[in-house]
Amino acid sequence: MAFGKYKEVYALKAKDNAVTGVAQDGGVVTALLCYALDQGIIDGAIVAGNSETPWLPKPVVATTKEEIIAAAGTKYTISPNVAAVKDAVREMGCDKLAVVGTPCQIYAIQKMRLYPFGARHVPDKIAMTIGIFCTENFTYQGLKTIIEDHCKVPIESVKKMEIGKGKFSIKADKDVAIPIKETHKYEQPGDHVCTDLTAEFADIATGSIGTPDGWSTTFGRTTRGTELLKKAIAAGVFESKAMADVQPGLPLLEKLEAAKKDKAKKHVEEMKSLGLFVTPGIIY
Amino acid sequence: MGLLDKILGKTSGAPSKEVTAAPTAAPVTKAPEPVKQEVAPKKSEEVKVSKPKLAYVHLSGCTGCLISLSDNYEKLLDVLGAVDQVYNLTLMDQRELPEGKIDIALVEGAVCLQDEHSVHLIKETREKAGLVIAYGGCAATGCVTNFCRGGQANQPQHESFVPINRVIKVDAYIPGCPPTPEIIYNVAIAAVTGDMEYLQPFLADKGGYACGCDLFTKIVENGLCIGCGTCASSCPTRALEMQFGRPSLNNTRCVKCGACSAACPRSFLPVSQIEKKLMV
Repeated sequence: MAFGKYKEVYALKAKDNAVTGVAQDGGVVTALLCYALDQGIIDGAIVAGNSETPWLPKPVVATTKEEIIAAAGTKYTISPNVAAVKDAVREMGCDKLAVVGTPCQIYAIQKMRLYPFGARHVPDKIAMTIGIFCTENFTYQGLKTIIEDHCKVPIESVKKMEIGKGKFSIKADKDVAIPIKETHKYEQPGDHVCTDLTAEFADIATGSIGTPDGWSTTFGRTTRGTELLKKAIAAGVFESKAMADVQPGLPLLEKLEAAKKDKAKKHVEEMKSLGLFVTPGIIY
Repeated sequence: MGLLDKILGKTSGAPSKEVTAAPTAAPVTKAPEPVKQEVAPKKSEEVKVSKPKLAYVHLSGCTGCLISLSDNYEKLLDVLGAVDQVYNLTLMDQRELPEGKIDIALVEGAVCLQDEHSVHLIKETREKAGLVIAYGGCAATGCVTNFCRGGQANQPQHESFVPINRVIKVDAYIPGCPPTPEIIYNVAIAAVTGDMEYLQPFLADKGGYACGCDLFTKIVENGLCIGCGTCASSCPTRALEMQFGRPSLNNTRCVKCGACSAACPRSFLPVSQIEKKLMV
């Protein structure tokens, strides 16, 4: 089944101006975490926050709405969010933790729940996983090269960056967009074996692909994820539309997902033909 | 088929190894059905039930693995109820391995080559046990005993400690220093309920053995790392730190427990189990 298992899918846009002003697309992750925190469904969330280095994120355990909103927006480089899981549970005492992550980070969390090799008393504290659609990620130096050498803009002047419509675009003192093709060589190699675009194993998965600007395609995949989405929509956190009523809709997402899966299969075959180790189970 | 037949593809030599098993997969986030229900004989027919005989063999280690097992608190009763424990120096008044076959030997600790008793005990364990599991870092890789150079109080002559697979054949490994209470619980319940899919990653012939070095030789050096940080959070000694999206190892702190590479989503990915057990 395309997009993995899901119970519900919506096009969503957060209503709160404090969220939409800073969030990447529909502000789904930010608004949902704020709502879940308010309702006591979670007591903390691991998010990609800001460090002192411009656009280099660091994992933050957010326990207030202010901290969640401060971490809003996509950073196109690695934030090792799973590294903060044990600290969140054992040092900060979160009992109902939400983890926001890329599909591969969601794999890690779900594997940890089944096989908690180094995660003593952690698995039962994971209350929600929110996955973000991901086609690829860049190393920090890769991102810096794209912005400073290809877009010719100092990284510290960048206010927002996004990938969409075949372009990598940044908003800085001037707006620059370059063809996404130029950035491919800076993708981290580990992404090339990944078959998961839509965070198929998260409780909730969301991203911009499939919906108009300012909206996000959002899947409720598990019972607990879908319940949270339904409650938040009923409480008026989001403007909501059926996916069938928006353009370009799910067909685009399906096309991109199939392309990612094909690419991964080819890459895995290449690695195997070289006699290299490839993760058992990574192709499904 | 009995548990050991399934795992090893051979008979253990012990009679009647049928274990009445719960039909469901090993529950991970909730407690299983009480074990007494599983083994309660039906009234109308006589059901022969024999639980697997378990020996807990304690070699050179800190007893942390055993403490971790007992840190399952009330759920420890599920584990103890599912097996017939025949030997455990710390918990039982039984000084020698019992006569006859044992089904499962859970071995904690490394073998001290200067300790005749230690060498003898691991050999005897292999002879008697159908399944030998290296439980925890010391048995699996040597772990903290790797740091021993001899000349220490109170046994200065004890110098060489080796993982048990240098002396005997090992069937399965449970990495970690110590393995978490949850992982040993999950393994135990999977073993008695026959959840072979869950047990696969532990088996020696499927890999099983895990060491911090594998994180680098298998994952990072092969361009498979995606910088998720699971290894860093799994490390019990904080030997791993994420720097610019990759693990950086302080090898003077690494005890080679293997938790990092076992936990890495790129060492193995249990997709079908995630689908079945978590995506509900």
